[in-house]
Amino acid sequence: MVVKEELLKNTKAYYCLDCGKCTSICPISRFNGGFSPRRILIGCLTGKYQETLRDDKLYTCLTCGLCGTRCPSDVDYINFTKNARFEGQKLGNLTPCAHGGAIQSLMRIMTSPSLEQKRLDWVPRKAEIAEKGEVAYFVGCLPYFDAFFTDLGVNSLKIAKDAVKILNRAGVEPVFVENERCCGHDLLWAGGLEDFIKLAQHNIDAIKQSGAQTLITTCAECYRTFKVDYPAYMGSLPFKVLHITEFLIDNISQGKFDFKRTRKKVTYQDPCRLGRHLGIYDQPRMALSSIPAISLLEMEKNRENAICCGTSGWMNCDAISKRIQSYRLKSAQQTGADFLVTGCPKCYIHYKCAMKDPKMGKELEIEIKDLTSVMADALRR
Amino acid sequence: MGKRIKKEGFEPKIVVFACNWCSYAGADTAGVSKIQYPPNVRLIRVMCSGRVHPAFVIKAFERGADGVMVSGCHFGDCHYLFGNYQAKEQFEVVKRLIHLLGLEKERLRLEWVSAAEGGRFAQVIKEFVEDVKKVGRSPLAPAKT
Repeated sequence: MVVKEELLKNTKAYYCLDCGKCTSICPISRFNGGFSPRRILIGCLTGKYQETLRDDKLYTCLTCGLCGTRCPSDVDYINFTKNARFEGQKLGNLTPCAHGGAIQSLMRIMTSPSLEQKRLDWVPRKAEIAEKGEVAYFVGCLPYFDAFFTDLGVNSLKIAKDAVKILNRAGVEPVFVENERCCGHDLLWAGGLEDFIKLAQHNIDAIKQSGAQTLITTCAECYRTFKVDYPAYMGSLPFKVLHITEFLIDNISQGKFDFKRTRKKVTYQDPCRLGRHLGIYDQPRMALSSIPAISLLEMEKNRENAICCGTSGWMNCDAISKRIQSYRLKSAQQTGADFLVTGCPKCYIHYKCAMKDPKMGKELEIEIKDLTSVMADALRR
Repeated sequence: MGKRIKKEGFEPKIVVFACNWCSYAGADTAGVSKIQYPPNVRLIRVMCSGRVHPAFVIKAFERGADGVMVSGCHFGDCHYLFGNYQAKEQFEVVKRLIHLLGLEKERLRLEWVSAAEGGRFAQVIKEFVEDVKKVGRSPLAPAKT
């Protein structure tokens, strides 16, 4: 009754063979034997709704989608989890939240319609910005992360500045949506559908008002949310959504950028929202390899087998996340790369945090950069 | 006319995080000395001002507080030696977040009040309530009450 029949049908949950391949591939189960993706599914199928949905384990899943690549029955586990969390919310579940729930609070504050944020103080003076234009740049939560994670030394606004630099270099003067809100990704994946819809409505209205035809994001999660979740819950969007890598590739092929030689070895971390959720594996790699003399090394597990950064939606940060992160950082080190490139600011923050672990010392240290920053730094002056 | 009176009669809701060893005791001193201060504040006792994570303050605003004050021991007086230094660090983060959210800086205050400073505690609260009254109701406050 709680999990609707429809949902179980749509996500092909009935086809589950109970084979356990999801458990054997799941990055969480690897370090936390108590967690098994299929147990939640089977629990719902066999009618133990209440116990299953009230269990904390529902929120342990990273929704990274790795199980989906192995499932012989093609069960749509991430959608199942998302919807099961909506149901969990209705049962009054308290979702776990890292950082004291500060980030969730910020997102909920942003649902308030009367809020007038001052989020564009960071825009460099020399940047060329248009009042009205074709292309809008969605900054997302970067200013908030920059303020909140000062102690980690994450300069997340650099990503935004670099994005503006790239856009300007391509001859585009981006429009900033002054009062944009968080895209709502994290609330959605924690089961907070109501707040998500408020945020989504606000963003869509704000972007419509700006008159932009194309929206560019630098965040893998914002991208997925705009590309998949907004159309699913709010109807089709009146503008096109592009990730910065797609924009880069279009413009590189037109020869709009002039990159300097960068004799560096890099390795690329596929963010789950960009990779497995949307199948964007090649574009970031193509963008990276268009920088002359750069060499792209692959980690042991890459592309659709890439391991998640260990935390999703600011929900489940614990010892297990740390172990996933250190595993991933070590495999990045093993490639012998000079730095690790990510396509998602959250991977960037999580890895930065993992490297701060005092017990591990320098064991995990590797320079980490966002894809946007790597591309912007390689631009010739 | 009636509306105006209502507006003038705006009573802000203010959350004060007070540390157990100094500020809360300071509020107590104000109490036993019968020093009056506005009843707009809700005192929350924490063991140390360093315990006040940015999340606490943000949450207070989320739930509709018009102002939030964090209050601890003077530097050098902290019961846990350096808790208030940590409080200051965290407060800087909150300040930046509040600025980004577009809330007025008058809604946020960090004060050091010792256990003996009952009068000062009352004074600080009075000033803060006045400041918050000037900037008016928080845009995040629920419509009623």
